[in-house]
Amino acid sequence: MYRNRTRSLVACLLATGLLAGCAGEDGGVQSQKLSTITGRDKLICGVEGKLPGFSFVAPDGKYLGLDVDVCKAVAAAVLGDPEKVEYRDLNSSERFAALASGEVDLLSRNTTMTLSRDAPGGNGLSFAPTTFYDGQGVLVPVASGIKDLKGLAGKPICVESGTTTELNLADRMREQNIPYTPLKFQTSDQTFAAYLGDRCVAVTSDRSQLAGKRTSFPDPDEHVLLPVVMSKEPLTPATTNGDPAWADAVRWIVYGLMQAEESGITQANVDAKLAEAKANTNQADLRRFLGVEGDFGKQLGLPPDFVVKAVKAVGNYGEIFDRNVGPASPLKLDRGLNRQWKEGGLIYSPPFR
Amino acid sequence: MKPFLRRLRAELFATPADALLSLGLIAVLSLAAFGFLRWAFTQAQWAVIRVNSTLFAVGRYPVEEQWRLWLLLWLLFAATGLSWGVLRSHPRRDRSGALWPRNDRIAAVLLVVLGLWRPWAMGLSLSIQARWWGLVALLLLVRWLAGRFGRRFGPLGLRLVALMWPVLYLVGMVLISGGLGLVAVSPSEWGGLMLTLLASSFAILLCFPIGVLLALGRRSDLPLLRWGSVLYIEFIRGAPLITLLFLGQNILGFLLPGGLAPDRVWRAAWVLTFFAAAYLAEAVRSGLAAVPRGQFEAARSLGLSYPQALGKVVLPQAMRVALPAMVGQFISLLQDTTLLSLIGLMELLGTARTVMANPAFLGKNAEVYLTLAVLFWCCCAALGLGSRALERRLDPHAVPSAT
Repeated sequence: MYRNRTRSLVACLLATGLLAGCAGEDGGVQSQKLSTITGRDKLICGVEGKLPGFSFVAPDGKYLGLDVDVCKAVAAAVLGDPEKVEYRDLNSSERFAALASGEVDLLSRNTTMTLSRDAPGGNGLSFAPTTFYDGQGVLVPVASGIKDLKGLAGKPICVESGTTTELNLADRMREQNIPYTPLKFQTSDQTFAAYLGDRCVAVTSDRSQLAGKRTSFPDPDEHVLLPVVMSKEPLTPATTNGDPAWADAVRWIVYGLMQAEESGITQANVDAKLAEAKANTNQADLRRFLGVEGDFGKQLGLPPDFVVKAVKAVGNYGEIFDRNVGPASPLKLDRGLNRQWKEGGLIYSPPFR
Repeated sequence: MKPFLRRLRAELFATPADALLSLGLIAVLSLAAFGFLRWAFTQAQWAVIRVNSTLFAVGRYPVEEQWRLWLLLWLLFAATGLSWGVLRSHPRRDRSGALWPRNDRIAAVLLVVLGLWRPWAMGLSLSIQARWWGLVALLLLVRWLAGRFGRRFGPLGLRLVALMWPVLYLVGMVLISGGLGLVAVSPSEWGGLMLTLLASSFAILLCFPIGVLLALGRRSDLPLLRWGSVLYIEFIRGAPLITLLFLGQNILGFLLPGGLAPDRVWRAAWVLTFFAAAYLAEAVRSGLAAVPRGQFEAARSLGLSYPQALGKVVLPQAMRVALPAMVGQFISLLQDTTLLSLIGLMELLGTARTVMANPAFLGKNAEVYLTLAVLFWCCCAALGLGSRALERRLDPHAVPSAT
């Protein structure tokens, strides 16, 4: 085993060198990754696998969730079939290694975009557009009548210890000079049990998490999420810096889902819209977007109708959101920051031109 | 009933203080039991288990290929019945020789009750219920036939039965993973109880020979062999299993270009194997140390070669001493497979966690974990029972028992 260890160390160094080499070579127009995926006829997608609303396995063995739908959209756009995906459950410590070593083609695993993860000197990821703007929120009982952070002055707040959540809470409360008593717990289960046991008047965690936990409360409607967002958690799919062409393809597939919502193209009407675009030569925007004219697909190394395929597979961004975490799901999350830009949200696709 | 009451009185209500303590304890225990039963039968929502039963059993194994697993189950049940019956038809010295001793009758009744009631209580579909009834019927039928006619085959029958299991294991591997004309099912789609049992049985089977070799190596006179074994054993025992699992998952991906590295499931299974081998080696070494040196010398002076002396005289005695420690190792290995959920594999605990993440079943943690505990308890109890039977079989001083 000692020998094994030395060998793996040497191999590790070698591999790092190789990767650095690859990064230089692959900068061309043709995507190595894209041809690997089409050759394999399967997309390997890294997901969390155990996150309510984002990725989990349904009783019939199929993966479901918002992160999963991004994988499906990419598979549909690239390979023409949303089911041609192999999912890898990755934990937070191995997700970047799995992406760097090429074990997964795409990481769609509630990963917060940060500078150090994006920078070549850091994790060297290449981020697609953010698919879910999460942030730290506060959950309080409706009966408490608390409307904002000021209402929490002098009150005990339940929080998981040793997390950024705890630090963010301290920062925000200090900024606004609000005194409070943090009640710290080791695990999320303990934290919520204490909140339900009335040991504190509020509990803080990521908003998506709070919403998920709330559904398992005995009386979900008795609790309300305060409108404050204490931190920025843009959850974003990622590829590596090593293959810009592949990163571009993923980026514009995700933008396609967002633009589809803006243009009013849904899973149900996409065929009708396509027929309309084909029949009506005046609809230049729609014709280009759906690949009837122009060569957007070709420029990305994708089929001309990649948007049509993606939307037909999973619907537009709004449909994906509603189905997995929004009103149509047990999580019942508000669109909030994840509204279209025209409605005051952050979901904004650059023009398809 | 009288002696039972008298014993109860002597053990629990001998003095007033005893009686008070006993009553208090009984009250606490029955309150806990009552609370638990009330929860289990009125508050708990077992739909989470029923709906996800396939997931818990075999994970994401493709539906259209699941007939292969059923076939394997039929084979396993038949093989179990056959071995059971043949063993009973060849009674050992310490046994009464009855074809259906009391324990067997109890086991048969339990099987029938469980096989009839459990699938029904879980509300499985009728076709699947029928399959379980068929499986139990097959097991008991084969058990009866083998018990009735097993003696005709003589000692050959026993040997064939012993040979049947490794063959069945290989057949099972082919059935599960595909090949030989069957559609291949990638290990990434294995999961649930099947993956737990597969990974642990694979590790248990393979760590045994490796562990014995390591134990012999550690006692060897050749310095290279001895120090090699010592280094290996101490390195593995010095690192937590989870570290080794992460090492296996992350480093191999860099080592070999994508696609060449063995699948994640196999990587994990090999890491488990090598980990268990180091611990097993120490258990075997303790057994070897318990065999007096004179045994080996006597065997050699009788003209046995080194391997013969080792294989026919020393190792059998050493194994008997080491058996309880080894079985303890196997049981903890079975439970260690839950660590695979941390590296993203869908074994029992991984399945449980993904099921609990389904928004439709949020907050059903107690039901899921309790089911897991029962499943693990059953597997470990089976291992423990098997080992005790083996211990009795290997015990040269066994007295005939009354059962």
